[in-house]
Amino acid sequence: MKRIKGSFKYIFLSIASLISVFPFIWMVIGATNTATDIIKGKMTPGLEAVNNVKMLLEMVDLPLVLWNSAKIAIISTVLLLLIASLAGYGFEIYRSKIKDKVYGGLLLTMMIPFAALMIPLFRMFTKMGLLDSHTAVILPTIATVFMIFFFRQNTKSFNRELIQAARVDGLKEYQTFFYIYVPTMKSTYAAAGIIAFMTSWNNFLWPLIILQTDGKKTITLVISSLSSAYFPEYGVIMVAIVIATLPTILIFFLLQKRFVEGMLGSVK
Amino acid sequence: MHRRHQHKRRKNFYQMYGWLFILIALVLVGLFNIYPVINSLILSTMSGKGVVYSFNGLGNIKRLFSDTVFQTALKNTFIFFIFQVPIMLSLALLIASLLNDKKLKFKGFFRTAIFLPCVTSLVAYSILFKSMFGYDGIINVVLMNLHVIREPIAWLSDPLWAKVTVIIAITWRWTGYNMIFYLAGLQNIDPAIYEAAEIDGAGSFKRFKSITVPMLKPIILFTSIMSTIGTLQLFDEVVNLTSGGASTSSLNATLTLSQYIYDLSFKYVPNFGYAATVSYIIVLIIAVLAFIQFRLGGDRDEKN
Repeated sequence: MKRIKGSFKYIFLSIASLISVFPFIWMVIGATNTATDIIKGKMTPGLEAVNNVKMLLEMVDLPLVLWNSAKIAIISTVLLLLIASLAGYGFEIYRSKIKDKVYGGLLLTMMIPFAALMIPLFRMFTKMGLLDSHTAVILPTIATVFMIFFFRQNTKSFNRELIQAARVDGLKEYQTFFYIYVPTMKSTYAAAGIIAFMTSWNNFLWPLIILQTDGKKTITLVISSLSSAYFPEYGVIMVAIVIATLPTILIFFLLQKRFVEGMLGSVK
Repeated sequence: MHRRHQHKRRKNFYQMYGWLFILIALVLVGLFNIYPVINSLILSTMSGKGVVYSFNGLGNIKRLFSDTVFQTALKNTFIFFIFQVPIMLSLALLIASLLNDKKLKFKGFFRTAIFLPCVTSLVAYSILFKSMFGYDGIINVVLMNLHVIREPIAWLSDPLWAKVTVIIAITWRWTGYNMIFYLAGLQNIDPAIYEAAEIDGAGSFKRFKSITVPMLKPIILFTSIMSTIGTLQLFDEVVNLTSGGASTSSLNATLTLSQYIYDLSFKYVPNFGYAATVSYIIVLIIAVLAFIQFRLGGDRDEKN
């Protein structure tokens, strides 16, 4: 009985894993096939990879598009980590009744859906003359309340005696933050960094609203517009999807351990 | 006396210094979250197309009641929410509790594989699913070969199956994400509690029901609120997978509120006032649902 139960567990987890991984295999195989083969459900690799890459390069300025995505994602990740960690640290280390109330208010704003913000934000950036600019894509994403929450939760496990020691040693408060807090919280930064980078790299709705000229567009926008054609060139699109997914997969595998550690900290 | 005074001064100094740390975040959240949400509320009482706006009172709300497209979008969004969130969260909880077993082999592999979908962009996986769920596509081919179905299913063009496809797609993307939160929570539970229960003769289902679920209540609450917010904002998937149902035989079979707001603002003749009204419906629904979830899930003593 116990053995049957045990093997059921493995079968269930194997099926779940297969379902989770299958679309990735599908996307890599698809990148080597023609659109017709993909639509017909061909599951073996083909010989069209080079051709698909060539077609993609003819259809879009790929280096520029990737550069746009990378620039936006890196700048917003760095700024977001700085701003959110400062705030998370500030709320937890310098606790006071008023700050706790302000923090509670901030958490409430987490429930505001982006749909309710996008029209006023669009009008605001239009007035500022920032329509079709990367600045407008980045700005609303760098103050994410979830990240402030994430850093505050993780700061609870930060050893406060280090702060006392730093104060005795005559370090200024901001020095304590940059020289002691930041290096000890590497895992938290790594986890938050992965989430922030992926969110920005994969962002769709807001860039879709703000970015209008082709030269400004990100990889996500390009993939979406390629697939909305009447006869989508799936082989070409799959190549684009593989390229767009590679950075996030790489980052995930490189920092996986840190990532899981960081997530653990957030629910303590 | 002098020392206490000095102590108080230092305390005040640190309190003031603390504000500096949170200042930038507060300014930005105020500018890009709080100001827009208030602005949106004001906008929802205005009417007009393009640049000219005039006060319209409750006119926009009246319009909601006769707007069949809005009602379709509302209905669709609710269907997605009611089916998708419970399916996904129970699946995530089940997988997490299986993975929490210390004796389980290949744990790292299973965890990584099941988490992997989370790294894809919503747009990319929607298009992958679109290519897989075509009429002649791989999913129908496999299901026919396994004799699960006799005829291919029109996954993307049938109004019912199009909704099912969207639900399958979102579940694929987010189950692993929620699983990680549950796994993290499970690791904070002392294994001795489980051992004691096992000695007392509690079966695995009993242990799951009376230890795992109550201990994870705050995390379940957190994930269910986050998923609720996510599902009610559904946009990328429906736009890229089924074009909001424009490709289905019945128009708008998967149109969501978010997509309708987008269409009202950027696709049709822009009517920001009415679009803002629709967006406030989402705010309202989230507020009500979050309140209900807090009531159901958050015992006062467990809130921390």
